[in-house]
Amino acid sequence: MLEIRLYLAQRISAAIMAPLVLMHLGLMIYAIQGGLDASEILGRTRGSLFWGVTYGLFVIAVSVHAAIGLRNILREWLQFRGLMLASLGWLCFGGLLFAGLRAVAAVVGTP
Amino acid sequence: MPTSDSSTITVSVWRGSAAGGKLQDFEVPQQPSQTILDVVTWIQRKLDTSLSYRFACRVGMCGSCAMMVNGIPRWTCRTHVNKVMQNRHITLEPLRNLPVIKDLACDMSEFFEKWKRAQGHFTGSASRNEKVADISPQSNKRQAANAAIECINCGVCYASCDVVAWNRDYLGPAALNRAWSLQNDVRDSAQQKRLQAVAGDAGCHLCHSQQGCATYCPNELNPTASIAGLKRMTASDFLRRKYRQRHA
Amino acid sequence: MKAHRNQPLYLAFLLHRLSGLGLALFLPFHFYVLGLALEGGDVLNRFLHWSELPLVKFAEFGLVFLLAVHFFGGLRLLALENMPWSNRQKNYAAVAVAAAFFVAGGFLLRAF
Repeated sequence: MLEIRLYLAQRISAAIMAPLVLMHLGLMIYAIQGGLDASEILGRTRGSLFWGVTYGLFVIAVSVHAAIGLRNILREWLQFRGLMLASLGWLCFGGLLFAGLRAVAAVVGTP
Repeated sequence: MPTSDSSTITVSVWRGSAAGGKLQDFEVPQQPSQTILDVVTWIQRKLDTSLSYRFACRVGMCGSCAMMVNGIPRWTCRTHVNKVMQNRHITLEPLRNLPVIKDLACDMSEFFEKWKRAQGHFTGSASRNEKVADISPQSNKRQAANAAIECINCGVCYASCDVVAWNRDYLGPAALNRAWSLQNDVRDSAQQKRLQAVAGDAGCHLCHSQQGCATYCPNELNPTASIAGLKRMTASDFLRRKYRQRHA
Repeated sequence: MKAHRNQPLYLAFLLHRLSGLGLALFLPFHFYVLGLALEGGDVLNRFLHWSELPLVKFAEFGLVFLLAVHFFGGLRLLALENMPWSNRQKNYAAVAVAAAFFVAGGFLLRAF
């Protein structure tokens, strides 16, 4: 029953990310104007609960989604199976989740 | 015997067995309205009687003659040479994704095994003593079943599926398409069993909707659509069961 | 490319898979750069100045394109799997790529 759970997790994380991706794309197009500057960005994100929750959710959803997508590639194109496949899948998920939440903390947390 | 048109075509035919093989070239005279089946038959009768290939009805009803023609799975009896020939050349190989027995004849056993594994057969619960089931052909379920029911197990979709190529456990488009048509048959009593059969680790969720199956099916069926239907059915069944478990 | 794969919906699949792979490989790098903020705004700024280079801007355009392609392709898949079946699939695939170009183009225009 693993495949149906992964399928649902993939689709649900995609649905959660749909509005978040649009927001992120819009934000990038806005932010790139006049060049990227750390103080400009951090000035808006530091201490913001809103950005923390929003991008935190984004990170969790993308970690699930990307790990499952990578797992498909590992299984179909690189022919991994069994324990190797499961371990690599979890590694992708854990790695992205850790790095992503760390990045959110970096940008939102007040030093 | 060549007619007034005396040009020939070169046909590269895969020769070999499960242990391996290679392409062998033959020169075949071109004829008007010639089909690939005509070509293969001509080679076997006039040039090399050791060539093995399959056909039966030769009129596009049985699906026995399916093989790879210039890399695309087709019925040879319904493929005209002048439609697929490239620079007066044709390559013929056995169906992809299936083990070879000899030359152009492949072993269809795993194809039919998967058919069974997907619960691709009807299970009735009524006896001759009950009334004939009253099913409207206009009902949604019956229309869904009818749209998928014309499959004659030729294997073309199976040969065109890259998920099968990358994961030999995958049940494949034909088996899942049949499962879908049966799930829409309200007389069938094995619905739950079939849902579990297609939702396993080699089931419908492996499909990536590449739709090679729909592109090449000679009966113009769409297994991808059937598989999408199975994805919806299994997902809502799964979620409903989870809900019932929590609120039992 | 193998002959049987030479049809639009396989290419749509390939684009979806490769764009996802590209994004997945980019993400750890993206998270690392953002994590530089932990060391203070100056460290991040030093890195962000690289983003002035035209080559980097072009790469950013590429990433936005990948994200847009993957997003619109994903919407196409969700529609395919959950909405009444229609044979206009190839048109939807084309529209998905067009929409992606539009979004990425918008990014590029604003970038310079």
